[in-house]
Amino acid sequence: MSTAAASPRKVQMSVIGPVLALVILVIAGALMNPNFLGLDNITNVLARSAFIGIIAVGMTFVITSGGLDLSVGSMAAFIAGLMILVMNKLLPSMGVGVPIVLVGMGVALLAGIVAGLINGLLITRLGIEAFIVTLGSMGIYRSLVTWLADGGTLSLDFGLRTFYQPVYYGGIFGVTWPIIVFALVVIMGEMLMRSTAFGRHCAAIGSNDQVAKYSSVRVGRVRLLTYVMLGALVGVAVIMYVPRLGSASSATGLLWELEAIAAVIIGGTALKGGFGRVWGTVVGVLILVLIGNLLNLTDYVSPYLNGAIQGAIIVLAVVLQRGSKAGQ
Amino acid sequence: MKHFVSALALAVAMGGPALAQDTKVIGVSIPAATHGWAGGMNYFAQVTVDRLEAAYPELDFVLATASDPAKQVNDIEDMLATRKINALVVLPFESEPLTGPVQNVKASGAWVTVVDRGLAVEGIEDLYVAGDNPGFGRVAGEFMKSNMPDGGKIVVLRGIPTTIDNERLEGFQKAIEGSGIEVLAAEHGNWNRDNSFTVMQDFLSKYPEIDAVWASDDDMALGALAAIEAAGRKDIKFVLGGAGMKEMVKRTMDGDAMIPANVTYPPAMIATAIEITAVGLVSQAPVSGDFIIGSVLVTPENAATYYYPDSPF
Repeated sequence: MSTAAASPRKVQMSVIGPVLALVILVIAGALMNPNFLGLDNITNVLARSAFIGIIAVGMTFVITSGGLDLSVGSMAAFIAGLMILVMNKLLPSMGVGVPIVLVGMGVALLAGIVAGLINGLLITRLGIEAFIVTLGSMGIYRSLVTWLADGGTLSLDFGLRTFYQPVYYGGIFGVTWPIIVFALVVIMGEMLMRSTAFGRHCAAIGSNDQVAKYSSVRVGRVRLLTYVMLGALVGVAVIMYVPRLGSASSATGLLWELEAIAAVIIGGTALKGGFGRVWGTVVGVLILVLIGNLLNLTDYVSPYLNGAIQGAIIVLAVVLQRGSKAGQ
Repeated sequence: MKHFVSALALAVAMGGPALAQDTKVIGVSIPAATHGWAGGMNYFAQVTVDRLEAAYPELDFVLATASDPAKQVNDIEDMLATRKINALVVLPFESEPLTGPVQNVKASGAWVTVVDRGLAVEGIEDLYVAGDNPGFGRVAGEFMKSNMPDGGKIVVLRGIPTTIDNERLEGFQKAIEGSGIEVLAAEHGNWNRDNSFTVMQDFLSKYPEIDAVWASDDDMALGALAAIEAAGRKDIKFVLGGAGMKEMVKRTMDGDAMIPANVTYPPAMIATAIEITAVGLVSQAPVSGDFIIGSVLVTPENAATYYYPDSPF
C-alpha cells in the first residue's frame, strides 16, 4: 500500500471535490447570465434550498448511522396538509394573529416528531428494514394527504396566508427567514455531528453496529433519535414551506426524499453509513438547486434534457469526490 | 352481495345478449388524484357513478383509480376476470401500455369508451370522449392576440412533457403567429405549483421586461402569481391559466385584473363518458363515435356558468 503514504493529499481532494463542483457551477452561471449573481437570484436559490436542505441535514444523521428514510417527502406533504387544516379550523375561534400561527407551527413540529418516532420505533424495536418501513410510510402519508385534500388542494385561508407569508418572504437585514433557519439548522447539525457523543455514536453505529453495541453505545436509542430528529426537521421545513404558496396537495414534496438523499451522498456522506459530513450535505443541496436554476436561466439545452444534465452533474460531483478511493 | 354474484353468474351462463332486467356492470378505470385536474376528474367520476347507480337499478359500477400505468393494467384485467364487465370506461394513464389490455376487454365483447387520451391502435374504442388540446392552445393564443394587439413579450409554462402538452403549445404558437407576440422562453412547470413558482422566479430574474404569462394550467398560474407577487414586479399585466379551477374562475368572475380569463378543459368530461356509456347500455339510443368537448374562453361575463363550488378542482 504505497498509496497510503500519499493519502493525506488525496483525502483533501475528496473533501474539496463537491466544493469544486459547486464553484465550477457558480462560475459557469455567472458567465452565462449576468443576473445569476444578482441579490434576487441568490436569495431565491438559497430560500428554495432551505426545504430540502433542512431535511437533508436530518437525513445526514440517519444515513450516517446506517439508516435510510424514504418517507420525508410524503411526510412533508402530509404535515403541510394537517397544518393547513388545523389552522383553517381554528381560524373562526382564534382569528388571524400570532397565536394561531404558533399553534400551526406547534402542530407541524409535533406531527413531525410523532411521524419520526413511528418510523424509528418500527425500525429499532421491531427490527424491520428501514427501507421497507419508510417505503410503507411514504405510501401512507402520500395517500393520507390526497385523502385529506379530497384529491384536490388544501389552501390556507387567504387572510391567514397573507399574515403568515412574511415567514417565507420576509427576514432581517435582507436575509430571509428560510435562509436564516437553514443556516441555524446547519450550524447546529455540524456541531452535533463533530463535537458531541451523539454524532460519534451515529458514525460508530453506521460503521459497525455490533462493535458499537459492545462499546456500550445504546444503538437502538441513538438510531431512534436520528429518525425523530429527521421528523422534527421535516416539521421545520414545512413551517417554512406553507407560507410560500399557502397550499398542500398530493403533488407537494414529490421526490424530496430522493433529492435529500442525493444531496447527502454528493456531500460525501457514505450511503452505507459510518461517515457523515453536514457541511458537505449543504454543498450537495446547493449543487442540486443551482443546476435547476441555471437550466432555467439559460437556454442552451432543450428543457427535455434537464433531467439528463442534472443526472450527469450529480454523478460527476460524486466521481470528483470519490476519485481518491478509486485509486486505492 | 352473494345474491348479486349468483345473478351475475347466471347472466353469464345464459350467454348471448342479456335481458333488460339483468344487471350490467360498467367498469370505470381512471388515474388517481395526483394533481388538481385529476382530483376534479375523480370527483366527477364518483358523483356520476353514485347518480347513475341510483337512477338505473339494473346498472352496477366498479370504479378503480390507479397511480401508475401498471396498476391500471391490473385493474382492468381484474375487472374483466372477476367482474365480467359489460362496458369499460377508461382514461388511459399512457396510451401504449394500456392498448393491449383494453383490446382484450374489447375482444371479450364488452363496450369500450376511451376518455381524453387515445390508444396506440385505432378502432378499438366504440366511443371516444376527449377534450380538444390543440383547441385549448388556440383559444389561449387567440386571447393573447386580442389582448395584446401591439404584440408583447410573454413567457410560457409548460406541463409534463407529453403529447397533450405538445399539442397545446403547437395550437398556441399557431394562433399567435404574426401577431408580434414574442415567446421569450417556455419551460416545463409540470402542472405543479411548486415547480412553476421556481421556474417563474427564474424567468423573472432572467427577463427584466415581461408583458404576460401563459401558464397553461391553473395550478401553474397560482405558482407563477405567487412568484410575481413576491418579486413585486409590475410589468406583467396578466397571467392566463387554464382548465377552469374553481378558485381561478371565481377570481375571473370577481374581475381580478391579473386573471382576466380562463380556458376550459373540463375534468367533468369523465362524467360525459360514463353517462353516455350508461345510456348506450340501458337504451336503444346509438352512442358510438367521437365526442370532442371544445375548450371555451371563460371571461368575467360568462364565468358564473363555469364555476362549480362543490368540485374539489
